Amino acid sequence: MLKYVTKRVVAAILTVFALVTIVFFLVRLMPGEPFTSAKLTKEVAENMNSYYGFDKPILEQYFTYMGNLLHGNFGYSMKYTNKTVNYIIGQTFPFSADLGIRALCLAVSIGLVLGIIAARNRGKKLDFACVLIAIVGTSIPDFIMGALLQYFFGIKWGLLPVAKYLGFEYTILPACALAFYTLASVSRIMRSSMLEVTSQDYIKTARSKGLSELRITCKHQIRNAIMPVMTVLGPTVASVLTGTFVIEAIFAIPGMGKYYVESVNNNDYAMILGMTVFYGCFLVLCNLIVDILYGVADPRVRIGKR
Amino acid sequence: MAELNKDMFVIKGKNITKMESISRPSLSFWQDAWRRLRKNRAAFVGLCIIVLYALLAVFAPMFSKYGFSDMDTAAMHASPSAAHWLGCDATGRDQWVRIWMGARTSLAIGLFSAFINMCVGAVIGGLCGYYGGKLDMIMMRVVDILYGIPSLIITILVMLVLGKGVAPLIIALCVVGWIGTCRFVRGEVYRLKEQDFVMAAKVLGIPDFIIIIRHIIPNILGMLVTNLCMAIPGAIFQEAFLSYIGLGIAPPNCSWGVLAKEGIQYLRIHPHEIIIPAFFICTTMLALNLLGDGMRDAVDPKLRGTE
Amino acid sequence: MMAEKENILELKNVVYSFHTYGGEVKAVRDVSFEVRKGEILGIVGESGCGKSVTAQCILRLNPEPPGFFGGGEILFKGQDILKMSNKEIRKIRGGEIGFVFQDPMTSLNPTMRVGAQIEEVFLGRTGVTKKEVKDRALEIMKLVGISDVEKRYRQYPHELSGGMKQRIMIAIALVSRPSLIICDEPTTSLDVTIEAQILDLLLDLREKLGTSIIMITHDLGVIARLCDRVIVMYGGKVVERGTADELFYDTAHPYTKGLMNSIAKLDTAKGEKLQPIEGTPPDLFSPPVGCPFAARCDYCMDVCNEMPPEVYQLTDEHATCCWLQHEMAPDNDMKKKPEKKGEVR
Repeated sequence: MLKYVTKRVVAAILTVFALVTIVFFLVRLMPGEPFTSAKLTKEVAENMNSYYGFDKPILEQYFTYMGNLLHGNFGYSMKYTNKTVNYIIGQTFPFSADLGIRALCLAVSIGLVLGIIAARNRGKKLDFACVLIAIVGTSIPDFIMGALLQYFFGIKWGLLPVAKYLGFEYTILPACALAFYTLASVSRIMRSSMLEVTSQDYIKTARSKGLSELRITCKHQIRNAIMPVMTVLGPTVASVLTGTFVIEAIFAIPGMGKYYVESVNNNDYAMILGMTVFYGCFLVLCNLIVDILYGVADPRVRIGKR
Repeated sequence: MAELNKDMFVIKGKNITKMESISRPSLSFWQDAWRRLRKNRAAFVGLCIIVLYALLAVFAPMFSKYGFSDMDTAAMHASPSAAHWLGCDATGRDQWVRIWMGARTSLAIGLFSAFINMCVGAVIGGLCGYYGGKLDMIMMRVVDILYGIPSLIITILVMLVLGKGVAPLIIALCVVGWIGTCRFVRGEVYRLKEQDFVMAAKVLGIPDFIIIIRHIIPNILGMLVTNLCMAIPGAIFQEAFLSYIGLGIAPPNCSWGVLAKEGIQYLRIHPHEIIIPAFFICTTMLALNLLGDGMRDAVDPKLRGTE
Repeated sequence: MMAEKENILELKNVVYSFHTYGGEVKAVRDVSFEVRKGEILGIVGESGCGKSVTAQCILRLNPEPPGFFGGGEILFKGQDILKMSNKEIRKIRGGEIGFVFQDPMTSLNPTMRVGAQIEEVFLGRTGVTKKEVKDRALEIMKLVGISDVEKRYRQYPHELSGGMKQRIMIAIALVSRPSLIICDEPTTSLDVTIEAQILDLLLDLREKLGTSIIMITHDLGVIARLCDRVIVMYGGKVVERGTADELFYDTAHPYTKGLMNSIAKLDTAKGEKLQPIEGTPPDLFSPPVGCPFAARCDYCMDVCNEMPPEVYQLTDEHATCCWLQHEMAPDNDMKKKPEKKGEVR
């Protein structure tokens, strides 16, 4: 187990390193100067450039940036003057995290339940309904889901608030919109995984022991079927996170995704760099946690033989 | 029951030919897959929708009296009517034409990027899996690290570097998109390579090149095509997402993502402008997903020979 | 002498089929046999002849649907298993009848400790404390020849070797002291030395516990070593039955003879070729009208293709289902003097 964890941690660190490097050079490759506003005189622009260190050789900039990162400093914003990326992340990330966690919990719990129900009732109407939900869910992009929910529940029927993020009822629509796609894909994976497990020999063994159907489903099927779902949890977190980009914009939630999209549209390179690196590290961390959880859940990994 | 008589009790011996003749007709892999795909009603409907949309995307703009960027100030935000079948957008451009122009872009991006990803991934994965060794080890380390990086972030940055447009979009989607296919193909080839029929071919002294063509490729082609089918909606999804956040296609060109983005601003007053593009995006996704599912079942070797 | 022992299991005219897309597959066609107290009954036949399905029928382990019973009775200690409720059948499974599956590699749950998998058998059975359950599990593990039981008890299946896993499977089948164990090719996926150990273990257990065993195999060597009585199945039917000796030395069905000829014996001369049975078993989508073996039979006659053969009772135990025993059939090395004509089964 220790060996497995060490291996994962080393891989994660390498990934973060590669990520930062790639992102840094890509951002430097972007066309256009950051200080091109008409109001700025040439002199001011030069001063700004040297203040941010853009006049130094690119490798030096790279090492300076890496050094700053090690101290937990993600850089400055150029549009929101005097605000550090850290400050903006600190202000906005809690909203995104709150929304993301709600959506993730919703998606995984309901997705698993739907998958299990579908597999238990294979070929019956209930299965058909679950499969239908799953396939429709994976066919609707989240920004469209967000817009539709907003239109019907918020505007047309006036049941729930349309925008902002002020209380529980405000969280329902964005969380549902964000969760729907993930929910659908989790339920699909869970269903096929359950069916796969159902045909395994050890289920027959369990039956031959005279166990109740309930016990077989819980202890033998679900326990084993949940493994493949765990392997996709990492990408799932990523998809929920990128989903927040658009959902936050649609529902006017002051989260990080909204800022990210804004800085993309504003060519605020320092912000893009800082936030991308933050997102990347965050996702790599999530993947690492999922990997380790997987190791804990699967004895074949835990005991080191694969 | 017939009466028993002495004549019936003469030992004649076995008759193997008669027995073998009972067996069912043999079908080639693709014949069998196609037969099963046709039987799968949902997948077949999906295929029909895709073909229909593709045809409309090619022909609909040609036979419309409106150009896709012609503005008509009199018809701003027009609702669907006889003149403008699907209404007009904020600047009075005909939605019917724009939808199908958008379909050209979206479908082309989906198809091309998925196809390029498949080819690149299959070649790299195949080489790594078949030859193994140092190349494989290094490639796999690289792929593992790249796999850990969230692909959308890289795609966004590449788009920022390359600027808007169809070609930059395809390139951006391909920078990291091949990695999934690569991992999958490598695994499959690695598994096949160890199988006895490949061993047998090797022992017979058949060159690698022929082994790959005759034994390896036919065995992974089915799954590869299924993967392609599943990757297209993913690419269309990403295109729509990128266009939506303001990267992607430059105006006046449009894609479904652009149309959805433009429409969503008028959600409160002119809901048809978002609902119509949303409908086409969703039905395309649905059709491709159904087709992909059907393909997966159709090429699944475990299901061969069943109906 | 054996015939006087009581039957603990009796199958009467069992028919079992599967619904598939291609139509109905009749996997078990009118099979009848009985298992007596303390005996080892062998069921032999090639792949796809219905022996596993028959065995799983007894505990209703075949997936239903697509599987379904087309008729017959399965009497266990006088009660018809087919008429039991799910709850009653669960009591029989694991409690009264243990089942050992073919492939120990895949038959154990990979995410549970083996100890827990053995103990599960006692779930829902009243009157045992947790401590007793554990003691029983450890005791049975020792009995099936596992050393260092306390350590093994806490291990996961992937940490054990194939033979060890099969011992665990047998332990699971035995832990509640059932009166019957059904072994479905328990040694097919093991290597020969382990196979010998497992077979010895089974013989030993019968000795100690007086359990009846149904041994399903395609290996006549296993039959010769283990079984008191044997039934031979082909195409979903019983084609010959009798004591092991009768079957080996007094073969009365061409299929059994074919099986014998296709294995090497000690007196097989060097260079002498074994005789395989040519061809493949019948397609059970549309089983032949007559004898299922007719197409592959060296002794095939016209009648074999037209009518299903009757059962000919040769001795108390020995019966065969072949037209060669008919009084009109020509003399041949298979033909015995039937003592009395059995009922048509």
